[in-house]
Amino acid sequence: MRALGIILAGGNNNRMRELSNKRAIAAMPVAGSYRAIDFALSNMANSHIQKVAVLTQYNARSLNEHLSSSKWWDFGRKQGGLFVFTPTITKENSLWYQGTADAIYQNISFLKNSHEPYVVIASGDGIYKMDYNKVLEFHIAKRADITVVCTTCQDQSEVERFGVLRMNDDCRIEEFEEKPIVSSYNTVSTGIYVVRRRQLIELIERAAQEGRHDFVNDILIRYKNLKRIYGYKTDSYWSNISTVESYYRTNMDFLKPEIRNYFFKQEPSVKTKIDDLPPAKYNPGAVVKNSLVASGCIINGVVENSILFKDVFVGNGCVIRNSVILNDVYIGDNTRVENCIVESRDTLRADSEFCGDDEVKIVVEKNERYVL
Amino acid sequence: MMIKKEMIAMLLAGGQGSRLGVLTEKVAKPAVAFGGKYRIIDFPLSNCINSGIDTVGVLTQYQPLRLNTHIGIGIPWDLDRNEGGVTVLPPYEKSTNSEWYTGTANAIFQNLDYMEQYHPDYVLILSGDHIYKMDYEVMLDFHKANKADITIACMPVPIEEASRFGIMVTDETGRITEFEEKPEKPSSNLASMGIYIFSWQVLKDALIALKNQCNCDFGKHILPYCKERGQRLFAYEYNGYWKDVGTLGSYWEANMELIDIIPEFNLYEEFWKIYTKGDIIPPQYISEDAVTDRCLIGEGAEIYGEVHHSIIGPNVVIGKNCVIRDSIIMRNSEIGEGTVMDKAIVAEDVVIGKDVVLGCGEEVPNVRKPAVYSFGLATVGEKSYIPDHVRIGKNTAISGITRPEDYPEGKLESGQVIKAKDGDKA
Repeated sequence: MRALGIILAGGNNNRMRELSNKRAIAAMPVAGSYRAIDFALSNMANSHIQKVAVLTQYNARSLNEHLSSSKWWDFGRKQGGLFVFTPTITKENSLWYQGTADAIYQNISFLKNSHEPYVVIASGDGIYKMDYNKVLEFHIAKRADITVVCTTCQDQSEVERFGVLRMNDDCRIEEFEEKPIVSSYNTVSTGIYVVRRRQLIELIERAAQEGRHDFVNDILIRYKNLKRIYGYKTDSYWSNISTVESYYRTNMDFLKPEIRNYFFKQEPSVKTKIDDLPPAKYNPGAVVKNSLVASGCIINGVVENSILFKDVFVGNGCVIRNSVILNDVYIGDNTRVENCIVESRDTLRADSEFCGDDEVKIVVEKNERYVL
Repeated sequence: MMIKKEMIAMLLAGGQGSRLGVLTEKVAKPAVAFGGKYRIIDFPLSNCINSGIDTVGVLTQYQPLRLNTHIGIGIPWDLDRNEGGVTVLPPYEKSTNSEWYTGTANAIFQNLDYMEQYHPDYVLILSGDHIYKMDYEVMLDFHKANKADITIACMPVPIEEASRFGIMVTDETGRITEFEEKPEKPSSNLASMGIYIFSWQVLKDALIALKNQCNCDFGKHILPYCKERGQRLFAYEYNGYWKDVGTLGSYWEANMELIDIIPEFNLYEEFWKIYTKGDIIPPQYISEDAVTDRCLIGEGAEIYGEVHHSIIGPNVVIGKNCVIRDSIIMRNSEIGEGTVMDKAIVAEDVVIGKDVVLGCGEEVPNVRKPAVYSFGLATVGEKSYIPDHVRIGKNTAISGITRPEDYPEGKLESGQVIKAKDGDKA
């Protein structure tokens, strides 16, 4: 195997508002049947990367549960496999991961004990399909030290969330700014990198010696004039879900036929943990328009322009519009939900109303389900 | 170290199920799809693991490819075990003679070695063609409490239907005093469900004693043999949902019953989950113009037309302006725009063209197999193709790639059958 994989899944972001109280962003449910990390994991598996480390830190319970059996992504192998690294106290270190580079540094033995020549680093909050081998071939052809996968940011106001860069005609990165408030460029880093394993060990160890912890600021930006850092531009669908707005928009994107077709029907497919739920059931009174419905749902009311994740119950006389209802939500009779994201395993009482007006409302009720 | 399992299960899955007509032309009956995402064999397999039985031999013979792929190493049912787990047992060549499985008991006899390696105390014999949830452990407790040699699961049926079944007559303790195979005048309404628990030695002795019996069958040979020798046979009465889906009519009915608001056979209970190979993951899409009125729809399906009171399998595409009513459409099938369907069963990987009408006209008995293709159903076998604009009647069957010229005046009259040769789509 030419490469091993590292998925950075430790992150939290206050722009996820209440949604990140419960779980790391990488464990966010996406597109009805998946979780965010499934996309990076499936890309790794589909690119024949057999050995993958997931670095977790923030509220990883939900993520660990999801990753508990690596067989869904075909990682249950003698050669390679799935490794989950959560910070631990050791003789030398008792700190949490202080940054992305530090997270890798604390697990540097994983890199040192491997023999694959290259490393693909991805983040757990990107929604995309990608053959990392193409990036690897580009990396080798350019004789790059680090390759950064980048894309065009459609909405200029969003560049502040990303690393913004400018390349020369040869695709070498000449300028790189991390999360600028305004920028005249719109090419952004997707947080996917290819780097030679020995090179990565050297850079990470040096950063650690200097007390630097961040991969972007302390390695990419700091070394950009010294090392050959290249940009690999992708035009395929890529979305980062780490704000409520982008999370909502990404889910709604799956109502578009071309995006559905790209992710759901075209090879290679995205894999996830199987939940063994029955087919969705439509009872009298169910009127569903332009919506995605996952397995295990039982629908008795009206659902329009919405995404129902697994095991959602919609009561009689309900109206659900423009909303994202996460896993295992119970919605009592005659309840109206518009422009909302309803947190998973929640119970909405009968005859209630939830409406997001100017912005998407996050509904977290925490009612007892069986005391209604 | 000796491997020891208290009870192992032997699941008979080799039968064709010829009364399912074109549905079982290319797959064994236990591999036929059921309830939108399952296959019939998922029910006994899930019952096994839910009952704590982790060693299951699946006996296959007729068209086993789909079944083998489905079962694999048993991952969906947690039957991938270091010791035991699921083992597919096809007939095999022997140094002295070679034969197919000639009867239910003969099939088990040919796998004595398989059973022997687990040193079981009890062997559970199951068939792969019933829809039910049952705790075999409770049945085993009953077996032990009665110090039985054989326990037969039975259910009460209406007395007027009793003549279709193997009927057990019992004394007040539940011990079987007599059996009647499809009796004209049944003296009891306790029907055998084809589920047996044998104490190992009893089973082994009987199988060896009757090894030269041709077409050796449990109901016809083994049970009478054991009873004659004074062994203790008990009837274990079961009162839950149990459905034999052996005919197109009962298969269709059992599927339709799942649509009831609170179905008698409930797939949505947390307790006693039914597991299956879930290889299709994405959610289903219901379009702006779709109607989903009383139906079950599987993963990855795309609905652009109207669906009324039907079961739609995973990855099925229903085109615009379709009207699907009282029908079953299995996985990966594609229904062209404007097609109208009434009481149809469409098997897997079928492509139906545009503006086709299925299930129209008067009910006329089928010309070839009136007993199979009845109930007013139009049945389409797997990987079939039906061209645009044709009209297909009731009690009909279609299999293979059909062309417009197979339909005189664009019609297949009620009661007719088309079996086209496989070939390229027109």
